Amino acid sequence: MSENDTIFALATAPGRGGIAVLRLSGSASRPTLRALTGTDPAPRHATRVTLRDPADGTVIDHALALLFAAPASYTGEDVVELHVHGGRAIVQRTIGALVRQPGLRPAEPGEFTKRSFANGKLDLTQAEAVADLVAAETEGQRRQALRQLDGALGHLYEHWRARLINALAYAEADIDFADEDLPAGLTESARNQIRLLREDIAGHLNDHRVGEITREGFHVAIIGAPNAGKSSLLNRLARRDAAIVHETAGTTRDVIEVRLDLAGYPVTLADTAGLRDTDDAVEGEGVRRARQRASQADLVIGVFDAARGEDAETRAVLAGAAVRFVVRNKCDLLPVWPRPRAGEVVVSARTGQGMDQLEQALGSLVADRLEASVAAPMLTQVRHRLALAEALAALDRALDGSEVELVAEDLRLAARALGRITGRVDVEDLLDVIFRDFCIGK
Amino acid sequence: MKGFDVIVIGGGHAGCEAAAASARLGARTLLVTSRTDTIGAMSCNPAIGGLGKGHLVREIDAFDGVMGRVADAAGIQFRLLNRRKGPAVRGPRAQSDRKLYRQAMQALLAEQPNLTIREGSVEDLTVHEGRVTGVVLADGREIQAGAVILTTGTFLRGLIHMGEETIPAGRVGEPPSLGLSATLERAGFELGRLKTGTPPRLDGRTIDWAATEVQPGDDPPVPFSFLTTRITTPQVPCHITTTTAATHAVIRANLHRAPMYSGQIKSSGPRYCPSIEDKVVRFADRERHQIFLEPEGLDDDTVYPNGISTSLPRAVQEELVRTIPGLERVAILRPGYAIEYDHIDPRELRPTLETRKVHGLFMAGQINGTTGYEEAAAQGLMAGLNAARLAGGQDGIVLDRAEAYVGVLIDDLVTRGVNEPYRMFTSRAEYRLTLRADNADQRLTPKAVGVGAVGPERRGRFGQKMSALASARGAIGGLALTPPEALQHGIAVAQDGQRRSAMELLAYPGVSMDRLAGIWPQIAALEPAVVEQIEIDAHYAGYLDRQDADIRAFRRDEELTLPHGLDYAAVGGLSNEVRGLLLRHRPETLGQAARISGVTPAALTALLGHVKRRNLDLSA
Repeated sequence: MSENDTIFALATAPGRGGIAVLRLSGSASRPTLRALTGTDPAPRHATRVTLRDPADGTVIDHALALLFAAPASYTGEDVVELHVHGGRAIVQRTIGALVRQPGLRPAEPGEFTKRSFANGKLDLTQAEAVADLVAAETEGQRRQALRQLDGALGHLYEHWRARLINALAYAEADIDFADEDLPAGLTESARNQIRLLREDIAGHLNDHRVGEITREGFHVAIIGAPNAGKSSLLNRLARRDAAIVHETAGTTRDVIEVRLDLAGYPVTLADTAGLRDTDDAVEGEGVRRARQRASQADLVIGVFDAARGEDAETRAVLAGAAVRFVVRNKCDLLPVWPRPRAGEVVVSARTGQGMDQLEQALGSLVADRLEASVAAPMLTQVRHRLALAEALAALDRALDGSEVELVAEDLRLAARALGRITGRVDVEDLLDVIFRDFCIGK
Repeated sequence: MKGFDVIVIGGGHAGCEAAAASARLGARTLLVTSRTDTIGAMSCNPAIGGLGKGHLVREIDAFDGVMGRVADAAGIQFRLLNRRKGPAVRGPRAQSDRKLYRQAMQALLAEQPNLTIREGSVEDLTVHEGRVTGVVLADGREIQAGAVILTTGTFLRGLIHMGEETIPAGRVGEPPSLGLSATLERAGFELGRLKTGTPPRLDGRTIDWAATEVQPGDDPPVPFSFLTTRITTPQVPCHITTTTAATHAVIRANLHRAPMYSGQIKSSGPRYCPSIEDKVVRFADRERHQIFLEPEGLDDDTVYPNGISTSLPRAVQEELVRTIPGLERVAILRPGYAIEYDHIDPRELRPTLETRKVHGLFMAGQINGTTGYEEAAAQGLMAGLNAARLAGGQDGIVLDRAEAYVGVLIDDLVTRGVNEPYRMFTSRAEYRLTLRADNADQRLTPKAVGVGAVGPERRGRFGQKMSALASARGAIGGLALTPPEALQHGIAVAQDGQRRSAMELLAYPGVSMDRLAGIWPQIAALEPAVVEQIEIDAHYAGYLDRQDADIRAFRRDEELTLPHGLDYAAVGGLSNEVRGLLLRHRPETLGQAARISGVTPAALTALLGHVKRRNLDLSA
């Protein structure tokens, strides 16, 4: 964290709107604009640009870019505004691309305003309204942060903070009370505490795969017995207006992947080999891969032939999936169109009947899953992830270090990073632990 | 009586350092104390330094202060703490001979130009239009002064507790200072009350030393002062023993007679210096607690049993010490006691240690809620410099948290206040790897020279050291190895075609200057002290770069000063809670405001906006 960093923030209200504005301020604003759009627009001219993720060149959106060159800008630094279409996925992907640019980080609460003050950008008349504006800006951001910190996530972070304080206190005790009668191996004990904490934070960061989902799409595996109609279902879904991005052979010979956009989210559908016991080696391998793909998917769709009923193999694989969904296909062959049970959709891939309901159900499942993990305030989420990643890196360095004062230094940096989302770790917090756990005072 | 530029009240560690600093700057300085023979007395344990504290002593010394040199003259067992850990967290410490310490301090002060020492009791201050103008002695005489420094330690309404007995006193055998307490109360200062304690003093001739463990000092001893080349005072060991189950039984049986537990003492004591009663109660599962038997002097049989501070009745103290191995037949020379005393809420002070309420009045030491000789002396130094500068019509001098432990100490006091006696720990310093004991002179002596606080001897020595360092750095600056060359010399570096300088090579594990001398013989010719310094710098180089960036960011907020008497009611966008906090703490800079717990980023931004706007108003 430095005041020389270029900062960015979502300037419009989070949530789905027609347009979302992302604002950047700092010396890396222009290079970032070039990296994302390949153009260097003239200052103060609204320019239509194609926004690409520099990581893989994929198009994120067609957007409007506005550059305010320093010092003639709100903050007095180079400021770039990106007006993108307001879909959550687009905003999230843009943020994802920005965060990976060198020298960029999400703004702290009130940081744009702070920079504009620091650069003397306000005249007397503007200054009249400043305090109120500031209060509104930062209060809004604070409430946003609080919304997310309430409840389980807040408890989790608080718990980590307490554990980090504890570990750091042990290392600090080893340094500051060297001539006291302390138990041996304090730094080693701190290290063990850190190892566990490190695993928890790393696990949390991997959880939900929010970053990957927004980059690579939500993975859906379609499983079922041979001839249950999986491929026609896939084709039916893919042929619809819901824009196929591209179609490729999967990494395995017999898994077909289709990427499409469902309810504004990128989704990867994988069609797998039919599940059945077989003596054929090639088919056996296909079945193995189908099971593996199902076990890695974010959502598993089990397809049954409505006329033939449920097969045991598909049932078993579905039972092992975290999120699952049942599709009864070939309903047009039944004498009467059936009523769907809870958690299932009845369709005919051949005639297309029921496909609207299927797409709707899938879309809301995907949205629920992403909403739940991304939560409402996306930027806050990115700030949290960055802070956690920074803390994690510092913890890793601490685990690698051998000298206690350097271990402690890295733990302090970890505490500072974590403190940005949980509140500062004060030296008094450490001393409380030290004097609680150790008998100090010769 | 003719006046002085600066009058220092009190001859303890803060007073001595304040008087010496003021006089070094050329201010005509008077030190008034109730007994001149107790100047430089160590009223608690006979030791100087330690972790954090040793850093403070080095910093005082870098300003040409007296504590380091006196401790070197009086030290009888030196130990560099954390010797096996990195140089950033090593802290020099020494047992002192009480008498030698007192004598060395009195001798140094006696030869200090511009300094007058007088025996007397100050009963009141004279104040004119909010500015202190002098002091009134007990006999009614008035002495005028441009600035006054109060360093009265625990003498403000001191109350000694020993079992059920209470004795009003400052230190055993000396009366408390009641007149000044009233003066301070009249001036409207917020007072707090704290507690501390001491162990009984033992007669070393009655100790069975064979039953204890010997703890020798370092050989050779590492001195405090950058001016001391060699310790010449004879060295003696300390001894270690422990409490026993029987000791704990005696304490438990008599807990109801301990003032802290009977409710007789209500003020809070330090968490890091609990009485033996506290230790036995709070850590009930511990079978023993360590006790250091510290000699009080070379020709003094008094022993200070560090670790068993107590305020139990005398008879109980005798019973309990005799349950300790080696002390079965020990005689107590003076029982331990707890003492309660008044202190000023240090948030009443500016970062120069001048009070906000009375212009020209400074406070330093235990009166500000700190504990420890070193913490007191560090404040004394800064109060002395600032009082002299104020009397001479100059600006104040403040050290910040990124340049000195002294800065951390004073900033903590004046922005956060205290709720237990404040002691320095290295964990309080954000920039610990930068603020080392080994580089205190490099950090601070140039600044000290700049304000005129450094005498010719140190100026010369420091100049020599810096030029030796510069020429050594120059000499090895051009030395570098290619990866294959490094490998040839047994240094495993990546074979990436990058040449690595000698400084970069030093950051690799197991590479020392000694080893590099095998490659480049000219290194062997360098002074050992210079070589060590270069090694330390190289060792932390990666971390120090990052810390430098942090420090620059920290200083930007510190440079944003908030005006004295800022009307927080006029600052829009502050909650009542934050407004209350700011009124209570009165931060001087935006950075200080940020360190007050409970002040939000929104409040800081609002504050910043208000101040910027005000500056624009003023310039319009």
